[in-house]
Amino acid sequence: MNNKYVIAALGALVLGAVYWMVVGEKSSQVAEKASDKVKVGFVYLTTPGDHGWTYAHELGRQQVEKHFGDKVETSYVENVPEGPDAARVIRELAKKGNNIIFTTSFGYMDPTIKVAKEFPDVKFEHISGYKRAENVATGNIRYYEGRYVQGIVAGMMTKSNKVGYLASFPIPEVIQGINAFGLGLRSVNPDAELSIIWVNSWYDPVKEADAAKVHIAEGADILAQHTDSPAMLQAAEKAGIYGFGQASDMKAFAPKAQLFSSVNNWGPHYVNKIQKLLDGSWSTGDGPDHWAGNDWVGMADDYLVLTSFDNMPADVAEAAKKAAADIKSGKNKIFTGPIKDNSGTLRVPAGKTLNDGELFTTLDYYVEGVKGKIPG
Amino acid sequence: MEALILTILLTSVPLIFAATGELVAERSGVLNLGVEGMMLMGAVSAFAATSVLGSPYVGVFAGAVAGAVTAVVFALFALGLATNQVATGLALTIFGSGLSGLVGAPFVGRTVDGLPVFAIPFLADIPVLGNLLFKHDIMAYMSVAFLVIVALFLNRTRAGLVLRAVGNNHDSAHALGYPVLLVRFYAVSFGGMMAGLGGAYLPLVLTPHWSEGMTAGRGWIALALVVFASWIPSRILAGALLFGGITIMQLAGQARGWTIPSQMLSMMPYIATILVLVIIARNRRFALINSPACLGRIYMQNK
Repeated sequence: MNNKYVIAALGALVLGAVYWMVVGEKSSQVAEKASDKVKVGFVYLTTPGDHGWTYAHELGRQQVEKHFGDKVETSYVENVPEGPDAARVIRELAKKGNNIIFTTSFGYMDPTIKVAKEFPDVKFEHISGYKRAENVATGNIRYYEGRYVQGIVAGMMTKSNKVGYLASFPIPEVIQGINAFGLGLRSVNPDAELSIIWVNSWYDPVKEADAAKVHIAEGADILAQHTDSPAMLQAAEKAGIYGFGQASDMKAFAPKAQLFSSVNNWGPHYVNKIQKLLDGSWSTGDGPDHWAGNDWVGMADDYLVLTSFDNMPADVAEAAKKAAADIKSGKNKIFTGPIKDNSGTLRVPAGKTLNDGELFTTLDYYVEGVKGKIPG
Repeated sequence: MEALILTILLTSVPLIFAATGELVAERSGVLNLGVEGMMLMGAVSAFAATSVLGSPYVGVFAGAVAGAVTAVVFALFALGLATNQVATGLALTIFGSGLSGLVGAPFVGRTVDGLPVFAIPFLADIPVLGNLLFKHDIMAYMSVAFLVIVALFLNRTRAGLVLRAVGNNHDSAHALGYPVLLVRFYAVSFGGMMAGLGGAYLPLVLTPHWSEGMTAGRGWIALALVVFASWIPSRILAGALLFGGITIMQLAGQARGWTIPSQMLSMMPYIATILVLVIIARNRRFALINSPACLGRIYMQNK
């Protein structure tokens, strides 16, 4: 073999790959200059193609474009890992002249705070965290409201009294979700048990599918998830059981298995905050620092939307609708005592309702009906 | 319990593929640490081909070809240019992860119809065993078939003897007139094809998705498995089932509410790998008798 040709060929291959990567990098960032528009940047955890969490944010971004038309210019960066790398991306967006930057995952919390200090004139909105600063606001959706309704449906539907749940990371919103699900489950079925598998990832279709199969093998006949891919629902569909979609409507992936999805509707929140920026009334809210502040919204404002109730008997759908209506009207605050943890200790006395701050700081236990212990 | 065992069996299949392929490469004296990269290329190609062309069987083929082609890149450097095998293999893993992510970007979030189950007539009707062993997709049967073929090839054929000779002493093999580099080229390519098939199994059977880095360390476990099996094909089967079992049991443990932290359970497959490596290193007669003497050593052919 003539080595010179080999080197030349490999050199060309490497150059080609580098060129491709540069072009690919560019095409993943929609953005270019224009002066007196409000520039809005988004940082995405995965790609809009995840059909879950990030897809919901992408729909929100599209709604912003539609609502404001020429007045705004949006751009996003996808596949940004949580952690130190995120700071680099956020800083890059700030340097590019974005006026407001939405960082859309819990793990961007500290990087957002860090970069915000360097750019005092840029506004930052961190989604789902609890740290704020002069120019950093937080926003979040009350996902747990939808999970309570899921718990009710699961409790009425399960025949084995075993319900499986895929969890991502033990952070406040996930624990809130598990406990709300457990409260809903036990409110209709005192024998049902919820078992949790921590996948330790937001998006890992292989592990999500493995965990779903294990739940099914262990006898679960209803599955729920706080992870982002439709893999769990597909496993449920294949096994002929039921489950709930997460963050986006996942019916297309599992038409026979999806009972309903809790869909995150970010559009109104983004439109609202950008409008405030245009009006000059943007603020970080006035709640204490450890909770989501004034922008923690839920089903009442249609920020969390439940899709149609499918694949369930009429009485179950009826109960689900009623529960959803009670949450919307504020009649059911979900975390109202008496609440016992899974060792039987009374944690919230009768008549007391946990406030938003307490939802973030006091939920260090699983409620009755949830098996196991919170890791870490 | 039966369903759990079934899940463990399926989880083991990609490991059987990748480890069997790597075993052949290593028996010829080449240490290719790029298994993870080759698996990812196999996975993304299988998914893309299935997604575009609509047939999972085309996907199986595409995965095999992609794995082999990636291995050829390794062979060009490590064999053709006699570069350091460890460094080249590591580079191949990085290259494969990056390139598969790039190629796969448009396919994130898509889904495909995976491989159908093919029940073997009569055998599938045996109670319990039929369900566990004879109601699988075609790739699961292939993985075991390949393992048997490789075992027979290495121990019962002349070509297998030549391959082992090349791995044990390339200078002697060369002196006897065997084409050392050509044999290694075939072995490495075969290893790549098998890694590609192992990767293809993930999106075609385990979950009908592509996601970046979806092999999640399986390539490294396959590498450890070869050492675990002390370069004997039949032991790969036991090893793969053990590792598959640990992977699934850490999830099942959580579902059953065991109070061991899940992070601890997630570490189990890796801790087991290290333990096995330590035990094996101490028992030379049992473990190292089949270790190829020229493993990782550079061979320069005289012109």
